[in-house]
Amino acid sequence: MSVFIIRRLSQSALVLLIMSLLVFFGVFAIGDPIEIFIAADADQAERERAIAALGLDKPIWLQYFYFLANALGGDLGRSFVFNIPAIDLILLRLPATLELAFCAVFLSVAFGIPLGMYAGYRPDSRAAKTIMATSIAGFSLPTFWVGLMMILVFAVELGWLPASGRGELGTFLGIQSSLFTLNGLAHLALPALNLALFNISLVIRLTRAGMRENMPMDYVKFARAKGLTQRRVVFVHVMKNIMIPVVTVIGLEIGQVIAFAVVTETIFAWPGMGKLIIDSINNLDRPVIVAYLLIIVLMFIVINLVVDVLYSVLDPRVRLSDTGK
Amino acid sequence: MADLDTPFRRFVADFREDKVAVGAAVLFVAIFAAAMACAYISPQNPYDLRQLDIMDGKMPPGKASMDGLVFWLGSDGQGRDMVSAILYGLRTSFLVAVTSGFIAAAVGTAVGLAAAYYGGWVDTLLMRTVDIKLSFPAILIALVLLAVFGQGTGKIVVALVVIQWAYYARTVRASALVERRKEYVEAAQCLALPQRRILFRHILPNCLPPLIVVGTIQIANSIALEATLSFLGVGLPITEPSLGLLIANGFEYILSGVYWISFFPGVALLVTIVSINLVGDRLRDVLNPRLQK
Repeated sequence: MSVFIIRRLSQSALVLLIMSLLVFFGVFAIGDPIEIFIAADADQAERERAIAALGLDKPIWLQYFYFLANALGGDLGRSFVFNIPAIDLILLRLPATLELAFCAVFLSVAFGIPLGMYAGYRPDSRAAKTIMATSIAGFSLPTFWVGLMMILVFAVELGWLPASGRGELGTFLGIQSSLFTLNGLAHLALPALNLALFNISLVIRLTRAGMRENMPMDYVKFARAKGLTQRRVVFVHVMKNIMIPVVTVIGLEIGQVIAFAVVTETIFAWPGMGKLIIDSINNLDRPVIVAYLLIIVLMFIVINLVVDVLYSVLDPRVRLSDTGK
Repeated sequence: MADLDTPFRRFVADFREDKVAVGAAVLFVAIFAAAMACAYISPQNPYDLRQLDIMDGKMPPGKASMDGLVFWLGSDGQGRDMVSAILYGLRTSFLVAVTSGFIAAAVGTAVGLAAAYYGGWVDTLLMRTVDIKLSFPAILIALVLLAVFGQGTGKIVVALVVIQWAYYARTVRASALVERRKEYVEAAQCLALPQRRILFRHILPNCLPPLIVVGTIQIANSIALEATLSFLGVGLPITEPSLGLLIANGFEYILSGVYWISFFPGVALLVTIVSINLVGDRLRDVLNPRLQK
């Protein structure tokens, strides 16, 4: 186990190093770092001071170390638009994105697993066929277009839910979130559903496949022969076996959801870091772009590491095949 | 019935058993042909400013312009006929998706074949790279590349290639590994045929069926991704016809109930993607030897 974790850790460190090199060369070798980190309207004295501070007058390998040291120290320049450190700006927007992402994951589990289990339990019923047809639509519909149509139907035509913003924030246990006020929940409903749509379909299909695979197995027949109720067979015995692939996929999807939040946040004007990066690209606010890249890469490496380790805890076969060569 | 047994005939006969897939294939060919012929069949050239009149802007579907041109799907803010704009946009989508698909397939095939054929550290290095690449979501990679390099048709093709090659590489490697151990490859090696010939004339053709399936699905995915990126304003420049940009323009008017500018391009996108996916699903069943009768 510890060998596995050490191997995965060193792998992650290597990826992080390669990524930092790529970002560095993207910024420093292809682009002009002076233009990237110093605003166009800075005067000559300010430019020279910034060049010295960033070490841009040094040889390139030394510049990389400066870049690394600055990044580790959390200093990646100030946002041109907001005039606060880029990292702080992103960390300020991070909770909104995480809130949206976790609500979306919650919705995909809350809808996906029951619907998928039903579709797999009675695959020939009309309801099951409707569920499967809808899940194909969930895969094929472009997220951004569904978001617009949701605004059109629920916000413009029916007027039930607000179309943009995060609403009032409530504080509970020291955490600020839209989840704790009614107004906030109303604002959260459409974006969270929009972001969850693809994953609901995914979980439905996975659960249905697992259900259909497991129902004819011997252990189910045995459990029935023991005289267990159908409810206990389905919700205890079968469900446990379905959960392994579903949990893994959901873990990996958290990363996907955070990335796709860019689209949903732009449509619903949700003040998260996805909207921030699109605004920064449009405003040429480059320090923010660089900081976003580094933070998101770091986040993905951590998520992948955690999912891999958890998976090896859940399913010992993975660990054995990796170290037993 | 002896002439029925060429692989291609068998493939067509198998494919035709599923009526939905045949319908989807016909629909797809029709959309593709209409998009490619957009310069000849669309009522106006929506990107020629001389043909536009701002007075015709935001006409609801079915209304006629001042020159008597009927806007069957309405017109956008600049007075563009939506039918024409959608056809031009689809052409761009297809060109971008197909070009990037072919380049990515070529790169991915080369990588996958090399990994499977040489094995050892070459395989480990290439496949670890593929794993790492696939652990980052497609939209994120596209966003990063476009943020660093800027907008443009060529750049979006590059971004789509970077996103897709790994899927092809993984698919080709998996089937090439199976083929490599078969007797006909051993026979070819005993005949001392050059490696290049064994790789490209013997192994590669047998890896094509899964490659075709992945290619179909990937084209649908890259059409959707290109539209998403253009919608976000980081994909195609405003001067290019694009469904994503059309939908983004319609977004401005959606709060005042002018729905058709966003709605119809989205429907066109949806119909295209669903028809490709249905064809892809059927191809997967037909080309999968395990499911063959």
